[in-house]
Amino acid sequence: MGMSIQQIIFMVLSFVALVSALGVVLSKNPVTSVLCLIVTFFAIAGHYIMLNAQFLAVVHIIVYAGAIMVLFLYVMMLMNLNSDIEPHKRNWLKYAGAISGGALLVVLVAALRDASVPALSETATEIGLIHNLGKLLFTQYVVPFEISSILFLSAMVGAVVIGKKD
Amino acid sequence: MPVQYYIFLSIALFCIGVMGVLMRRNAIIIFMCIELMLNAVNLLLVAFSKMWADAGKVDAGSAQLFVFFIMVVAAAEVAVGLAIITMVYRNTKSVDINILNRLKN
Repeated sequence: MGMSIQQIIFMVLSFVALVSALGVVLSKNPVTSVLCLIVTFFAIAGHYIMLNAQFLAVVHIIVYAGAIMVLFLYVMMLMNLNSDIEPHKRNWLKYAGAISGGALLVVLVAALRDASVPALSETATEIGLIHNLGKLLFTQYVVPFEISSILFLSAMVGAVVIGKKD
Repeated sequence: MPVQYYIFLSIALFCIGVMGVLMRRNAIIIFMCIELMLNAVNLLLVAFSKMWADAGKVDAGSAQLFVFFIMVVAAAEVAVGLAIITMVYRNTKSVDINILNRLKN
């Protein structure tokens, strides 16, 4: 069975994403978890490019790998967390969590295995360009855009108020 | 390419995130697993936007902007959430979520 180049890239990116996502959950050291999550985000950005969402791929890398994960790393180093900080959870609770997640996986896959959905469009390569998305954002979605600026302002004020030493 | 590939990839990533939330006790790791779940949903939205792009039933650009707004909300959420975790650490010297089961003291 011959695989197209798209399928090969998909498989590689998915493998990287899944392995590093497992690394986030399973690694003992929190800093390793953060680095694994960054790898996952880069793999997802690769998927966005494969899906012709170029603008989202760039924004994803800037926002997640550039801002959010740096914030996580910064907080983690501020706290000086070591692997022995996390106390040992009772083993049966860990197994219960893994079994619950696995059961959710099985149920979702079983429910969607036979779903009939159309194939991905091969011709729609223009939608993800910043030209089209920007036009849409500043005409049809200009009100949510402005509201999100208020959201950011309130989040900023909230973070400062919460983090203030009283 | 069939869109099922992306559906199953997103399901797998989402379930790994659920497992992480259930298994770990470090509040920061749990927070990161929530980000992982958000990203699984984002990936699925982008795949569906490409799936319906030809049919004209939905505006494909709207779906991608929806993902964009999810990223905005996630960034705001991380700022406030990490501030809360930092304050919890400052008061209790720990980020173990079992300490948080009683909010008083």
